[in-house]
Amino acid sequence: MSVLPTAGPSLLLPGILLAPVLAMLMIVFLPKEESKTIKIVAAIGTGVSLILSLYAFFAYDRVLGGMQFNLTIPWIPDLGVNLALGVDGISLPMLLLTNLIGFSSVYASWNMDKRVKEFFALLLILITGVMGTFIARDLFIFFLFYEIVVIPIYIMVIIWGSTKRVAKEYAGMKLTIYLLIGSAFLLVGMIALYLAAAKNGHPTFMFDQLARRQDLYSPAFQKVAFGLMLFGFGSLISMFPFHSWSPDGYAGAPTAVSMIHAGVLKKIGGYGLIRLGIFVLPLGARYWAPIIAFLAICNVLYAAFIALAQKDLKYVVGYSSVSHMGYVLIALAALNPTAMDGAIAMMFAHGVMSALIFSMIGFIYEKTHTRNIADLGGLAHQMPRLATGLLLAGMASLGLPSTVNFISEFTIFMGTIHVYPVFAMLGIFGIIFTAVYILRMIANVLFGPRRPEWDHLVDIRGPELVPMVLCVFVIFLAGIFPNILFGMIDSGVHSSGLAKVLETVSQAKMGGLF
Amino acid sequence: MFKEMHDLFQWAGLIPALPFLSFLLIAFVTKRSKGLSSTVSILAILTALGLAIAIAIGVIQSGAEIVEHPVIVNMNWLNIEGLKINFGTMVDPLNAMMLFVVTLVASMVQIYSLGYMKGDKGWSRYYTYQSLFAFSMLGMVLATNLLQLFIFWELVGLCSYLLIGFWYFKVSAREAAKKAFMTTRVGDFGLLLAILFLYTKFGTLDFVALSAILNTNMQNVALIGTASYVTVMAFLLFMGPVGKSGQFPLHVWLPDAMEGPTPVSALIHAATMVVAGVYLVARMYFLFDHADPSALQFIADIGAFTAIFAASIAIAQDDIKRILAYSTLSQLGYMMFGLGVGAYSGSMFHLMTHAFFKALMFLGAGSVIYAMHHKQDIWEMGGLWKTMPITGTTFFVGILAISGVPPFAGFFSKDEILANALHNGHPIIYGVGLFTAFLTAFYMSRLFFVTFCGPAKPENHTKESPWSMTIPLMILAFFSVVGGWVALPEHNFAFYVHYLPLGHEFEREAIDWGMAGISVLAGLLGIGLAYIIYIKKAIAAESIVARFPTAYKVLQNKYYVDELYLWIIKHVMGGLANVLYWFDIYVVDGIINGIAFITRGSANGLRRTSTGQLQTYAMVFFFAVVIIFMVFAFGEGQLTSLNPLAMLGGVK
Amino acid sequence: MNLSNLSVGLSTYLLVGAMLFCLGLYGVFAKRNIIAILMSIELMLNAVNINFVAFNRFIWNQKIDVHYILTGHVAALFVIVVAAAEVAVGLALVITIYRNRQSTNVDEFNWLKW
Repeated sequence: MSVLPTAGPSLLLPGILLAPVLAMLMIVFLPKEESKTIKIVAAIGTGVSLILSLYAFFAYDRVLGGMQFNLTIPWIPDLGVNLALGVDGISLPMLLLTNLIGFSSVYASWNMDKRVKEFFALLLILITGVMGTFIARDLFIFFLFYEIVVIPIYIMVIIWGSTKRVAKEYAGMKLTIYLLIGSAFLLVGMIALYLAAAKNGHPTFMFDQLARRQDLYSPAFQKVAFGLMLFGFGSLISMFPFHSWSPDGYAGAPTAVSMIHAGVLKKIGGYGLIRLGIFVLPLGARYWAPIIAFLAICNVLYAAFIALAQKDLKYVVGYSSVSHMGYVLIALAALNPTAMDGAIAMMFAHGVMSALIFSMIGFIYEKTHTRNIADLGGLAHQMPRLATGLLLAGMASLGLPSTVNFISEFTIFMGTIHVYPVFAMLGIFGIIFTAVYILRMIANVLFGPRRPEWDHLVDIRGPELVPMVLCVFVIFLAGIFPNILFGMIDSGVHSSGLAKVLETVSQAKMGGLF
Repeated sequence: MFKEMHDLFQWAGLIPALPFLSFLLIAFVTKRSKGLSSTVSILAILTALGLAIAIAIGVIQSGAEIVEHPVIVNMNWLNIEGLKINFGTMVDPLNAMMLFVVTLVASMVQIYSLGYMKGDKGWSRYYTYQSLFAFSMLGMVLATNLLQLFIFWELVGLCSYLLIGFWYFKVSAREAAKKAFMTTRVGDFGLLLAILFLYTKFGTLDFVALSAILNTNMQNVALIGTASYVTVMAFLLFMGPVGKSGQFPLHVWLPDAMEGPTPVSALIHAATMVVAGVYLVARMYFLFDHADPSALQFIADIGAFTAIFAASIAIAQDDIKRILAYSTLSQLGYMMFGLGVGAYSGSMFHLMTHAFFKALMFLGAGSVIYAMHHKQDIWEMGGLWKTMPITGTTFFVGILAISGVPPFAGFFSKDEILANALHNGHPIIYGVGLFTAFLTAFYMSRLFFVTFCGPAKPENHTKESPWSMTIPLMILAFFSVVGGWVALPEHNFAFYVHYLPLGHEFEREAIDWGMAGISVLAGLLGIGLAYIIYIKKAIAAESIVARFPTAYKVLQNKYYVDELYLWIIKHVMGGLANVLYWFDIYVVDGIINGIAFITRGSANGLRRTSTGQLQTYAMVFFFAVVIIFMVFAFGEGQLTSLNPLAMLGGVK
Repeated sequence: MNLSNLSVGLSTYLLVGAMLFCLGLYGVFAKRNIIAILMSIELMLNAVNINFVAFNRFIWNQKIDVHYILTGHVAALFVIVVAAAEVAVGLALVITIYRNRQSTNVDEFNWLKW
């Protein structure tokens, strides 16, 4: 057992996974009045995970590539289920993202006072579940962790959510049922894949084995299986028209849940599409790609326009999130390594930016108890630090160069412009509207004359500063030195064989529905 | 000699680095202390100025060598499959000129702000933004490739947004900042597309490399198809400068940008940021040269139209800063059409001289505003020359420079552009340019006469501004006087900064004194007319207004372009947004809610089968058994081979 | 009309048994009184008895000189015994229900209703 990337089975990943679980167990045994201690324990748990995942990120051997920090324990040998964990260049940024957001979300919820114990226990379970999906190398484990993720969200939204245009019960129910329907289709696809791959007698759930047995999947099978997975992962990544859970879900959820939701949950969809969809079923991906591209553009433009019409702060950002996922989707549809790099980087970038913007908005709501933009205004007078954070988040959202969001979007555009020129141009056209609604939101919330009714507000300080500092630092560091992130992603895309798969599939004659 | 200068040029990256360090220091360390913040910032920019002067001297001493081989330092920034971008610095005469102009004006403005922004609560924040702007602009000027330029281009836009909205408690300021950002973003859309297409087609964004590829490819006749592609890219690329440099129709943000503090207007919206678009066209001139001539013609048309459009609006404005803003728009139009008609050197020369006298006039206007306790309407001023002699004199120098009166700076540069317009076969544009020169002289003189001459109004207790504000005025006035003289020597401005189409040699153009005379005449006519109307009052201004009331109203309301845009945004964009929102809530969500409704409804219906009565259940049981039996016994298919009785008994 | 089968044979007895069974079945489904339902169940059981006895009489090969095969009759006796036990338990249940609900109307015993 070692902590080196490649030498033997490694306990690093189980450690990262279990640190929040241990923290949760400790919290369960703490008395419920000790809210400060509970929060500190949660912070330590996620902090340990963050430090370990930072270590994993920088200790990963990029030259060697492939899956590292592996751990494989046979679990149900007859079915071919292994407890297999491992990370490569594609999943390591996602793991790091999860831990960054998890750590920030603990601090963003620092002022929680209702049922603190249950909240943080559920939050830690949620974070563990999300981490597990990214580090799983086995389909069964992947699905297991995915299901672990959906349930705590429901409970958290129902109890700690907020009711504005729609009731929080409605929001929570809609979110959960929608995701479960998606995962039902996904399950069918997964089992079909498992059965198809088991034909030569050794059934397996491992990703790399499933990918290797591609000759067993006929093109027709790939089309159907990918379609099912697209339904499932598409709902998760809020692809039009399966996006309507997203705005209501974000608006109704408490801050930490929104951060994790927008930050990582949607990325499980994107990650799943890459790992399972494109990697294992490339012909199916090629078949569905033009449709995905079209729906992606609908995402970008449609959601951007709707964000213009919103009067509720969280809804603006919710629709904005749907819009940004359109960029990831069109990159996935382009099926070439540059676009893949851009898609993964965009997932990372959007995750960090979402965490920042939701934590800032969460603080605004916590202090002012209103999300209506018309009631807010001139907050930069009373809360300058919060204003800086929100302004920087807005700038990242509209893709200002020197943030990591810009370079990811640029890479996506570069990868898609020669594959789908019209769609790419429409997508780039969307940056104008992104600027409009973000700037409008910032101007109406932060700037303007001082409003006396908000004079009693206290600026964010102490632990509340952590999300802002951490996220801003990451956004600008990765934006100014993109090779840190892109080097990792590029090595992942190439060493995992994805680039080769894309090369072969781009030469395939099939494309579209015909 | 070149070798030593070569070493200096390797360190050109230090010039933007110093303001960046100052930005970091002020933002994180010295924010509390006002004195320290401004000191750090001004020291940084003055050091950068010193370095820029050294580089300029080095360029001049290198002679023709550096024109052919610019000195480049590059390091890799992003390296993934399909996208390799470098970051670096490039030193050639054009860059050296821009470096000098930017650092000079920036340092003058920062020193000036010591006096103008005195007592403002956001002092440190102001100097933070100023340093960030200096860093961004200098980085842009030194860029070696299009993406690096674009990155700094956007950063400059950000600084503009932050500085226009500096007094964010004013609704007008925040709206103006928003407008600036959004309008330039529309232009950036085209620029981004051009960058993407360029990289896809040519595999590189480096200026030197692109220039080489285009030069070699264009000699290959078989690539005729490429010519139209290049034209499309040229048009798309031009969209960026249309937004950033305020050409029609994306000019609407610049007058509103006057909401920012006056030093900011002087720096960003007169001398540096707005010329970024012109600089980009100049940098990528090889692209336009290899495109269809319609591209350059389009640039010339837009530039000329902007020039006369803005000048016509300026004659009806009453706010001192607005007049200067429209004047800037008009001069930017000059620079743009200069590039369009092939007057590359003239256009760049005008960029330099315009920076000097426009910054001078803006700072002078700031001095006036400061003395008038922030009143900006020129009709409330009058006779200020007596109480503010330094401001008045330097402002007068600026007026003469912009009107193209020799030997001031504007004469040489404007004349070069107009002469080239006529010689390169664009008589209409020459006519437009000449008329605009007349209008320019007229409205600038109008401004000067109304503000500084005539009887003083006693309710304005004006006095001269402090030294921190008047010294920059004097320095800029000095440059407005001598700046034009670099056109005279043997190795003049055009020797260093020029564009050579393939296969041509550089030949020095002499000054055409005939053309020069005509443009001077136009300028003097404008000054004379303003003198007659506003000093002598021989023709009353009011009577002219009374004779053309609608024309005056249209001009004063800026041709209602702003109102048109607001209408489009509110009704077209906002309307579409509302329609799509309705669609999302009632149709898309409606389907989802419909599914839930179906589930609930069918549940409501189906629950009635649970009657709670055993008899009903028993009956259902029995009939089910009968049916199954029937199917087994009499139906088709695999099931009938299974003998039900035998199955019940367990026999195969 | 083929009247050659007018003699009373196995099918006649089976028919009678079926008719009695259906009458009993109808009674179980449609009667409201619990006692009536129990009586109908008795009727069904007795119909089954007729079937058993009929089969015993007709199916057994007459040529074999075994007069004492009484399988059907024994089965019928079993059924009678079981019916008696079942009636005893059933009536005990009816009395308990009547004591609790003061009614023997089956329609009123619908606590499993939605």
